[in-house]
Amino acid sequence: MMWYFLMSDAFTFGAFLISYGTIRFSSNGWPDPNEVFKSFPFAPEGVHAPLVFVSIMTFILIISSVTMVLAVHAGHNMDKKGVVRYMIMTIIGGAMFLGCQAWEWNHLYHEGAWWGSNPFLNHDGTASSTNFTNYFFTITGFHGFHVFSGVIINIIMLIMTLTDKFEQRGHYLMIEKAGLYWHFVDLVWVFVFTCFYLI
Amino acid sequence: MEHTHTEQHEGGGTKEIWKVTIILTILTIVELGLGFWMMGMPLESSLRLAVKGAIVILMMVKAFYIVAYFMHLKHEIKNLIMTIVVPLALFIWFIIAFLYDGNSFKHLRNTYDPHFKEQSTIKVEKKEHNEGKHATEDEHAKPAEEKH
Repeated sequence: MMWYFLMSDAFTFGAFLISYGTIRFSSNGWPDPNEVFKSFPFAPEGVHAPLVFVSIMTFILIISSVTMVLAVHAGHNMDKKGVVRYMIMTIIGGAMFLGCQAWEWNHLYHEGAWWGSNPFLNHDGTASSTNFTNYFFTITGFHGFHVFSGVIINIIMLIMTLTDKFEQRGHYLMIEKAGLYWHFVDLVWVFVFTCFYLI
Repeated sequence: MEHTHTEQHEGGGTKEIWKVTIILTILTIVELGLGFWMMGMPLESSLRLAVKGAIVILMMVKAFYIVAYFMHLKHEIKNLIMTIVVPLALFIWFIIAFLYDGNSFKHLRNTYDPHFKEQSTIKVEKKEHNEGKHATEDEHAKPAEEKH
């Protein structure tokens, strides 16, 4: 059943991203992501470090996806200790990603970007519409909400593992289902990252 | 349905996980390299478009590895694979149709709506350099916040 839920989610995200692409294709200009996302936490004001922060976020999510696979793998071998260890690592990865995103949103908000307000200029120096910020905040927000619920699900799975729920059942299939959801979140980020930050 | 595969995918294991991890890492680094390379290119050059295309292809490869190995779809029974992949093929059509539509809307507006065309050619003057730009951004930010 998880697969069918993920299918519906995939179509929701797909609709968002296609709508973003349509609007972008119908605009004469669009802001340069390397100008918008050039900041880095604790770096001095005016630093120019495009792509650096978001690539760290990407790697955090990939690594947390890997620890999730390892947790599923440990579950297959009925290795409770391994499941607990890797689930904790996955949860930490998810929390780190959320922290990074919170910082980025906060930073952009203080630069004047929010739903309905876009301080950034187009690539060619002309005025930009609010489409850019609207789509950015809606889609990364929707993805961030998925990460948040994924972390909650993982915490529940961790508690269930610690209370020996799965040992009593004789299998760790629930970990596998939570893992599917978590990988899907990572998968969506691959698309969001490419569409908003790279191209 | 998810129960059916437990016996089948003993193959792979930790070794496969690390292999896929390394592939994903390399693909991401290549993507980032292309992204940095693209920064210096002129806006409308065909090379820039080609690099964007390459990034999209790498993105699809990454998506394939995540779905096939991390989500174990490759080791599922064939019926499940078909249930997932066939509806997703709709996206090929969605993407072509919608992006084409967006592009055609742009051309229509540029041809028949002189106001739209004019608006998109007026450059916003940049004050001085870095410091001045921040000042203008703050001015933009304030009225926007008052609206809330």
